[in-house]
Amino acid sequence: MKKRLAAFALSLFFLWPAALPVSAQASGEAAPKTGVTINVYNWGEYISNGVDDSIDVNKEFTRRTGIQVNYTTFESNENLYAKLVSGGANYDVIIPSDYMISKLIKENLVQKLDYQNIPNSKYIDQDFLKPVYDPTNEYSVPYTWGVVGIFYNKKYVKETVDSWDILWDEKYAGKILMFDNPRDAFGIAQKRLDFSFNSTDPNEWEEAAMLLKKQKPLVQAYVMDQIFDKMASGEAWLAPYYAGDAATLVDSNPDIGFAIPTKQGTNFFVDAMCIPTSAQNKAAAEAYINFLCDPEIAAANVDYIGYSTPESAAKALLPEEIQDNPIYYPPKEILEKAETFATLPDDTNLLLDTLWAEVKMGGPGQTATLIAILAGFLLLYIAVVLYKRHKRRWDFK
Amino acid sequence: MTKTVSRLYMALVYLFLYAPIFILIIFSFNDSSTMSRSVWSGFSLRWYRQLFQDRLIMEALQNTLIIALISSLGATAIGTAAAIGINGMKRFTRKAVMNITNFPMVNPEIVTGVSLMLLFVFFARAMGGVSLGMVSLILAHVTFSLPYVILSVLPKLRQMDPHLYEAAQDLGCPPVKSFLKVVLPEIIPGVVTGMIMAFTLSIDDFVISYFTSGTTQTLPIYIYSMTRKRISPEINALSTLLFGTILVLLLIVNVRRSKDKQQEAEREEA
Repeated sequence: MKKRLAAFALSLFFLWPAALPVSAQASGEAAPKTGVTINVYNWGEYISNGVDDSIDVNKEFTRRTGIQVNYTTFESNENLYAKLVSGGANYDVIIPSDYMISKLIKENLVQKLDYQNIPNSKYIDQDFLKPVYDPTNEYSVPYTWGVVGIFYNKKYVKETVDSWDILWDEKYAGKILMFDNPRDAFGIAQKRLDFSFNSTDPNEWEEAAMLLKKQKPLVQAYVMDQIFDKMASGEAWLAPYYAGDAATLVDSNPDIGFAIPTKQGTNFFVDAMCIPTSAQNKAAAEAYINFLCDPEIAAANVDYIGYSTPESAAKALLPEEIQDNPIYYPPKEILEKAETFATLPDDTNLLLDTLWAEVKMGGPGQTATLIAILAGFLLLYIAVVLYKRHKRRWDFK
Repeated sequence: MTKTVSRLYMALVYLFLYAPIFILIIFSFNDSSTMSRSVWSGFSLRWYRQLFQDRLIMEALQNTLIIALISSLGATAIGTAAAIGINGMKRFTRKAVMNITNFPMVNPEIVTGVSLMLLFVFFARAMGGVSLGMVSLILAHVTFSLPYVILSVLPKLRQMDPHLYEAAQDLGCPPVKSFLKVVLPEIIPGVVTGMIMAFTLSIDDFVISYFTSGTTQTLPIYIYSMTRKRISPEINALSTLLFGTILVLLLIVNVRRSKDKQQEAEREEA
């Protein structure tokens, strides 16, 4: 026993320095046998990964080009932005959404692409070229797109869903879910008021905030991914979300329907591939983008993730029931009415943050009460402590 | 009567502690194609199968385990050495040093995370703009688990008779050997506890890893990134496996410990 302990202790002291070089090698994969490693940063669950007989896109890329892929994921555009700005992480390919791309372009965080290295970009449909977020089309190649619509439970919601108004209907109080991010949540209110998402008029934002505050008592919860559970179990009946997740939701509960409000407009969003200014392997990154634009790969990818592809050639390879499905490929009238997020000026962003905090917290009044209550408790505690000490001193006398 | 009440109370406490884990385990066998936590639609092992096919989860898991292993070994080595040093200090210096050591434990994780990130980014820039990654993660994890190791080793050192070490040297044992032969066996329970603590803290950690990870992804960060779409039920399966492994490890450790005790008792009798 003793011997074993000693051996354990020895290994403990010697393993540490021995282990370090191993870890250094593991992280320094950039100096490799097969060439280069690129760092790819994409949304979580947003690529075909080889599960259930789908293609493992990253593996296939490595097989064809010999370039290794270090693939990591994020959960929001803001998170991606923070990571890019903080330094310490050099990504070669990132896939943010529209409004974040225009912000990145403005702040010089992404660089111009060399289209000679991305011949497959010719497959991108005309409609997706020169978008508002990248008007010269020099910085981004679209990856997927989609629209926001309303998921509803047909068992309880019998009327036709064709307007955002239904999310304010008192009949469904306590059964409504809302987005837990300011742009998407305000977007719904703005479209109901027939405002632009990208308005810089403070009054319009205030008005949208009023509308959201009015809706708040009817809302069961502000959520993102939890809508899957809540809708599937019937806990909630109405929820706005991204069309790309329709398959997942309908699979989980056949009573769930999806409708894009036709009375007002909706949000049309694009997630597109960019190369950050700090990228170390631009050519390899362009090869990766080119690979993802290959219609076969693009088709396999959107088939797995459920969102829509910006390439007709890829769309043609999808199962017919998806190609003809107005959820994924809505008719032109809807798309024409839809609007894309653009980046907002700083003061509008600030206003949006404040208003969103007010909507969610119930305004500055409530926070103040909370602080007052806490301060009260603290004072009480201090008073008790002081009193006790005082008393003890008295007793000593 | 009081006995039933106290038993009922205890049962309730354990129920609240373990019910979530049991629900997670049950739903990891759920056949539903998408849902993990709400609708039961039959028994299946599909999430376990998919889990092992999912290269991203497996890579994240591998990173997490490598970091946990190396950082816990490192923290244990440094922490044990530090504890021995602190134990030999005078009363006042010891108190002062212990306060400094304990500070990272009460310091909010986010402060530790951000400050480590700033430091690492500074050095990474100085080194020509390399990405943070495995190395910075391991350094960060060693940093935040050190105080826990020191705290679990120090009491063992104080329980130990300080003259034992001197006696060994009196009898001609060189310092290193007398440390290994005399001191280490006395404090080894504390060292092992510290290492296990460091290991679990490292696997658990999200906040500090989030800031210091660079382009490396650990399991908690990967799971968090799934929240826009949905947390895949594969994670239920993975959590079940992790829970099972830790349960088995704990059982082995406890069984061995009780066996050791038995042997010792027998030896003493003889």
